[in-house]
Amino acid sequence: MTLPTAFQDWFARQGWQPHPHQIALLKAQGDSLLIAPTGGGKTLAGFLPSLVDLRDPPGGLHTLYVSPLKALTADIARNLARPVADLGLDLRIEDRTGDTRPGQRARQRVDPPDILLTTPESLALMLSYEQAPRIFGSLRRVVLDELHALAESKRGDQLMLCLARLRSLAPGVQVTGLSATVEDPGALARFMGGADIIHADPGPDPDIAMLATTQSAPWAGGGGHYAIPEVLDQIRQARTTIVFINTRAQAELFFQALWAANDENLPIGLHHGSLSREARQKVETAMAAGQLRAVVATGSLDLGIDWGAVDLVIQIGAPKNVKRLVQRIGRANHRYNAPSCARIVPANRFEVIECVAALQAVRERDLDGDPRGPGPLDVLCQHILLTACAGPFDADDLFRELREAGPYRDLTRADFDACLDFAATGGYALRAYDRWQRLMQRDGLWRLRDPRAARDLRMNIGTIVEAEMLKVRMRGRGGAPLGEVEESFAATLQPGDTFLIGGQTVRYEGLRELVVEVTKQPTKQPRIAVFSGLKLATSTQLSHRVQALIGDPSQHALLPGETRDWLSLQARVSALPRDGVLLSESFPHQGRWHLALYGFAGRNALQTLGLLMTRVMEQAGLGPLGFLSTDYALLIWSMDPVRDPAALLNRDALREGLGDWLAGNAVMKRSFRTIATIAGLIQRNLPGQRKTGRQATFSSDILYDTLRRYDPDHLLLRITASEARRGLVDFDRIEDMLRHSPHHDHRMLDRVSPLAAPLLLEVGRVPIAGQGRERLAEEEAAALMAEAGLT
Amino acid sequence: MSGYEFDFDGQRLQARASGALYWPARRWLVVADLHLGKSERMARRGGALLPPYEVQATLDRLQSEIAATDPACVISLGDGFDDDLALTALPDALCAQLHDMARGRVWHWITGNHDPVPLRVGRLPGSGLAELRDGLLFRHEAGQGPDVSGHYHPCIRLAGQRRRAFLIGRDHLILPAFGAYTGGLIADDPALTRLIPTGLAVACGDRAIPLPLPVSGAVRGRRA
Repeated sequence: MTLPTAFQDWFARQGWQPHPHQIALLKAQGDSLLIAPTGGGKTLAGFLPSLVDLRDPPGGLHTLYVSPLKALTADIARNLARPVADLGLDLRIEDRTGDTRPGQRARQRVDPPDILLTTPESLALMLSYEQAPRIFGSLRRVVLDELHALAESKRGDQLMLCLARLRSLAPGVQVTGLSATVEDPGALARFMGGADIIHADPGPDPDIAMLATTQSAPWAGGGGHYAIPEVLDQIRQARTTIVFINTRAQAELFFQALWAANDENLPIGLHHGSLSREARQKVETAMAAGQLRAVVATGSLDLGIDWGAVDLVIQIGAPKNVKRLVQRIGRANHRYNAPSCARIVPANRFEVIECVAALQAVRERDLDGDPRGPGPLDVLCQHILLTACAGPFDADDLFRELREAGPYRDLTRADFDACLDFAATGGYALRAYDRWQRLMQRDGLWRLRDPRAARDLRMNIGTIVEAEMLKVRMRGRGGAPLGEVEESFAATLQPGDTFLIGGQTVRYEGLRELVVEVTKQPTKQPRIAVFSGLKLATSTQLSHRVQALIGDPSQHALLPGETRDWLSLQARVSALPRDGVLLSESFPHQGRWHLALYGFAGRNALQTLGLLMTRVMEQAGLGPLGFLSTDYALLIWSMDPVRDPAALLNRDALREGLGDWLAGNAVMKRSFRTIATIAGLIQRNLPGQRKTGRQATFSSDILYDTLRRYDPDHLLLRITASEARRGLVDFDRIEDMLRHSPHHDHRMLDRVSPLAAPLLLEVGRVPIAGQGRERLAEEEAAALMAEAGLT
Repeated sequence: MSGYEFDFDGQRLQARASGALYWPARRWLVVADLHLGKSERMARRGGALLPPYEVQATLDRLQSEIAATDPACVISLGDGFDDDLALTALPDALCAQLHDMARGRVWHWITGNHDPVPLRVGRLPGSGLAELRDGLLFRHEAGQGPDVSGHYHPCIRLAGQRRRAFLIGRDHLILPAFGAYTGGLIADDPALTRLIPTGLAVACGDRAIPLPLPVSGAVRGRRA
């Protein structure tokens, strides 16, 4: 296919020259994967072949566009409208997301548009309808946007299963993946089921550096507030700035601090996932209209609408991941061929080291990333149930089709059969449900026993399982919605408590019909809202770079003076982690003993180690209460001190624990909940459907414990265990750490060491349900009884 | 397994860590809301196929309570079965286990809202009753007190965790649900504070832990 004259003229009229990758995509015969930086005309490149095709619409659905964000589908619809009108094309372009009105959805099922813009979840839903073969039979092209982001989660696996279905319904459909810069394009192409890779010109090297500040980074903390004057200065000089911060709570605090110093009243907005949709949309609209000078955002703005006007990105806090940093930098792209401009602000002195290491990596174009595992089976279970919703199916045919999906190309028949059995009977060793199967086989085809079950199954579509959230609203009639907080956070609130949301401090008044009611509290110092949000994990490669930097004093010249001072203070009061030596420290803090272990093995391996070490501590009667892991260190707190960590790091004891005890842990239960929800064992709580009171569903923990006791080989336990090996990282890395650091250096300190201080402020604490917690619960209850005069 | 002893309506009683109530003077063991057969009822209705082991799990726990207390009388305080069909669907082996557990004891099945008509005990040991008044008043749902009841599946939050709990007030003693697959209602829900504005909660778990009601902010707000 070449670019028709009308299109060439259109480009010329815009004063544009088609990019080589846009032409390459037009010429492609089979499936393609386009790797291009932000602002490279990626989306237009993806649609160009469709638009050329659709000069003469054949009728029916021609092109399907899938994006991870609903907002993106609406934006694309707007952006396509202009060339379509200019070129005089007679097309219907519509989007179809969770927000689409029921009437519109029904109509789309009968009379689909030429181009349909949707999300993976909405696509899965459409494919579960009996009309799916008719809707998608005419499909010629599929465009998968932001594929790099989708491939990072189970949403991507689900999308690939749907894609395999589409290939069956519309043989010969041509698929184009669009991706930002990734470390392994070949792997992403295989994920799509195979594709030719097209590289766009990556553009000039970015202009990236640490932001120079008069005040130096604090000892600890994650706020980055010390840099407020310089950040404001940068915002003033740039046209539009995005200020990225890693967590929602930090974004709230930074936003507040920024405004407190914003004497000129520069228009600055806030954007994160806990804000109400109305609030986020307002910011997005203002941003698109060029009304804002800056937005303080979390990962919620990692993807999405290209704002051409953004010319500066400021990253507050450690970048955690070189690839993501590069992608974020790419958002400052006001001209494709001008260098992106970015400044990094480490939040504390530990992060200074990570920032220095990350900048090195960016300059060397050394991107990071972990290889993807095989397609998860919980997603497969959901897919099988949804396939049954669309109509009866033959197991052999379905198995063949599934193996067309990249992540499932090595799926074994045994695993497929186990998933089918789970979907049909629950897959229990005790065949209790033979009469009440969900799916049953008749005339050789599998189908729903009770077709009414389709409704529930469709409600459960998707692979995103969120913590239960409660809406927050101003008290009074028609009180404005402010956002959402986690139910577990709301449960800790007492009337009179204050927290930050949407940039304002509010006072908790009470819970009313599952809505958190608050009033304005302009002066009081807030209690920080513990939004969970997505926590970025520092990549293995970056952790390694940091380790190398700390352990090699000859490289310390690269670090700012105060960081050097800090490290030498650490060396003086305790010791520096160094090659071949595993450093650990015991110290008391706030009435609990703490053990800090500097493993530099990555957050996941250290989390596994935390699970295993606390188990041995429990057996030793030290009363472990909880732990947290960062990419560099593990922190465990307990009733009694650890004096000899070497005894807790016995390789055989750890290995033994991996098998039995790890399975009983809260972290495993958390991942079981997600898996059980995706696989359809438990129904997710949908907003507005949740019932109060006695009807409240029992916890998935109970199901987990019951299965472990009575059916330990059950498929979902198998998925949980294998995911934990991946998610919590296999034992090999811990063994690696022990092998590489055969010597232990344990310090008993009377207080927190300089290196351990930042750990105390980390979020993501994992509680240990053991004797320590029982002791604590009893102490708390006894204190209350005494207080109430009831002893 | 440790318990917590308290007085209610003139009787000395023990709230056991398992969620069962023991009356030492009579050697009675009382459990509420077993909800046997819940997973099958959900399956029958075309819902999720939950692990079909909850009857076994609940009976195993009840059996170990019976072994520990050797009661003269066992009372199921209503909603023993999730519905009437659950009773007929009870597998023979589990039914036999129940008969074993009941041997040499009196057993009463009190009517609940899930099993509204006095249970046609049929193949079960013991007898079905609407309520039982003998020293104390036992019924499924709290009414004119003082009474001992279940129905609400009360829970509290303690040290960051949700635990099943006994609620003990002047007029009402409310037992936690004993069944494996049962949700819970937090004790500060109006439905419960109306019945028991002040009193004691006894949290279940490894040990029975008493604390005052209403649960004050110190417990719920403090981070462990």
